[in-house]
Amino acid sequence: MTQMNMLQAINNALDTAMAADERVLCFGEDVGVFGGVFRATSNLQQKYGKARCFNTPLVEQGIIGFANGLAAQGSVPVAEIQFADYIFPAFDQIVNESAKFRYRSGNLFNVGGLTIRAPYGGGIAGGLYHSQSPEAYFAHTPGLKIVVPRNPHQAKGLLLAAIHDQNPTLFFEPKRLYRASVGDVPDEDYRLPLGEAEVLKEGTDVTVLGWGAQMEVIEQAVEAAEKDGISCEVIDLRTILPWDVETVANSVFKTGRLVVTHEAPLTGGFAGEIAATIQERCFLYLESPIARVTGMDTPFPLVLEKEHLPNHLKVCEAIRSSVEF
Amino acid sequence: MTTTKGKVVYSPVFTDGAEFRIPTFKLLKQDGSLYKGAKAPDLNKDKALRIYRAMVTTRILDERMLAAQRQGRLSFYMQCTGEEAAVIGSAAALDDADMIMAQYREQGALAYRGFSIDEFMNQLFGNERDYGKGRQMPVHYGSSKLNYMTISSPLATQIPQATGYAYGQKLKGEKHCTITYFGEGAASEGDFHAALNMAAVHRVPVIFLCRNNGYAISTPAAEQFAADGVAPRAYGYKMDVIRVDGNDILAMHEATKAARSLAVGHNRPVLIEAMTYRLAAHSSSDDPSGYRSKDEEAVWREKDPILRMRLWLEKKKWWSENDEKQLQENMRREVLETMKRAQKLPPPPLDTLVSDVYDEVPPVLAGQFEKLKAHIRRHPDDYPKSAEHVKGGA
Repeated sequence: MTQMNMLQAINNALDTAMAADERVLCFGEDVGVFGGVFRATSNLQQKYGKARCFNTPLVEQGIIGFANGLAAQGSVPVAEIQFADYIFPAFDQIVNESAKFRYRSGNLFNVGGLTIRAPYGGGIAGGLYHSQSPEAYFAHTPGLKIVVPRNPHQAKGLLLAAIHDQNPTLFFEPKRLYRASVGDVPDEDYRLPLGEAEVLKEGTDVTVLGWGAQMEVIEQAVEAAEKDGISCEVIDLRTILPWDVETVANSVFKTGRLVVTHEAPLTGGFAGEIAATIQERCFLYLESPIARVTGMDTPFPLVLEKEHLPNHLKVCEAIRSSVEF
Repeated sequence: MTTTKGKVVYSPVFTDGAEFRIPTFKLLKQDGSLYKGAKAPDLNKDKALRIYRAMVTTRILDERMLAAQRQGRLSFYMQCTGEEAAVIGSAAALDDADMIMAQYREQGALAYRGFSIDEFMNQLFGNERDYGKGRQMPVHYGSSKLNYMTISSPLATQIPQATGYAYGQKLKGEKHCTITYFGEGAASEGDFHAALNMAAVHRVPVIFLCRNNGYAISTPAAEQFAADGVAPRAYGYKMDVIRVDGNDILAMHEATKAARSLAVGHNRPVLIEAMTYRLAAHSSSDDPSGYRSKDEEAVWREKDPILRMRLWLEKKKWWSENDEKQLQENMRREVLETMKRAQKLPPPPLDTLVSDVYDEVPPVLAGQFEKLKAHIRRHPDDYPKSAEHVKGGA
């Protein structure tokens, strides 16, 4: 065990994967000798050479096209998109290529070895283009896996699982927690399951669900709600696609209430999918409408970021409203 | 560090690249003789006949399958007609273990590698023996054993993938390269630029083969780019480039062989621009009379690449009238017989609807599939393709 922040845990996961398998490659903009703008790939080029950890030209569609080809060839590419906000030039390569490679070829070819890492989310005064949470765009695409870790321990275990998983995986890293989240991380190779949510705290009155950086917000909100005597069950979804309906449904069968929160805007956000599925599964058990606490339907603001974000105060209000409905 | 090897000037000097005139490489005249001064190609009889048979196979397959589409037996088709030399001449210059990542009009390369008429038909009819499990429109072939990546409809996506694939080959220490085919229209996509730039920067053993066939559906090359074709772009990437008469099988073969040496031997990516003409419509859904003249087509029909090769073979006494007659008859018969057989085979089983989305069917999708099966059981007559696959279930 070593105490690490999330960046160190991610760096450690990449180091672990590259040491174990020479087919693992890390590349992207500024990823080489500089180690990435956040330093997630620090020292990897120095350790494994320029052929396995390198800078690419500044072209996201090229990075992911290149990564798709490498994965099809049998390499295990871990491509970095510098900010999730800049993933859209690669949308075609991800949605039309990565996601459909296996299906369209009848499993003659696949890009299962592909992992795409990208820092996402707000709270760092990043404005429109250094704050977005684009998971819902990709959640509409069968063939992809989407994973979001909440802390250093989760980050290492989920990233190693993503790298070894036989499906193309988007790994969105909550950049607000890169240095803020610190915890004990095992030194060895370990993998946490994809497609499985985790119940972080059991409770009886209401289920509160989120992922990534939002789990810290939930923790604060729940602490406040529990002072008022509300018993909360807290779930980290961890994998957005394909998502763990059973764990969420089983919790709502018990509590009868659900609050879902994410930073991305409300309309078309993944909370909508969760709400629709859970009302279908748990209709007769629900005591109150499923609440969504999300970013507003605006581009991501700068100065009024706090007002925009679904912070602990808003989540706590939603918990209270749900219980008092 | 912004440095340049160019000289310094003290008044504004604009350059337009006009000093670069890219020559066109040719060996074979339309009458089957070599141009004066042209070096005889290094091509033995066996290989030459393998190439020629693949060209004729492709032409006959295209004629018959377009006819089948017109008869309503097939939903869609795309012909390689007029571009057989550009595609097969280049593919034949490679090692069969080199990777091919094509656009969609390169069935000739597959025919050369040995994809059987049976395999073509199974894909075209999307039957239970189609490797792609009936998921893609006709002509989206793929073969892992022949190192031919399954075709994807979005244009140019295969180009940066080829750069990545070839980087993997280089890293593995394989003495192999990847070739990627695309049209001059697809070369306008951002993926083209991304792919060539990355290949040059990372010294990747990849060959970019642009089939400049004059049209992107209806848009003529003159409305696609202002420059002299696609080839000059290579200068911007510091990449070796060659322009070839795409209807000249010998020149295409020779140029690609040399390109492969640069790629595999020196990790130098190469751009080849094959100047050719799409004699057929873009696809069975297109009608070229709306955007080009019969006269223009006639000019190019005179430059038929297959006839040109046949005349060369005949001059070398490697091919005869009788050989031609036999090949034509045999191929037509095989195509027709195989088509009838393939058309009768059943469609892929129902579970291919949900397999291969992931390596394993995830629970949410498994639930959707169970619901679908229950629905089909309630309406078996409305789902004749799949009703028998759900019999006996709960």
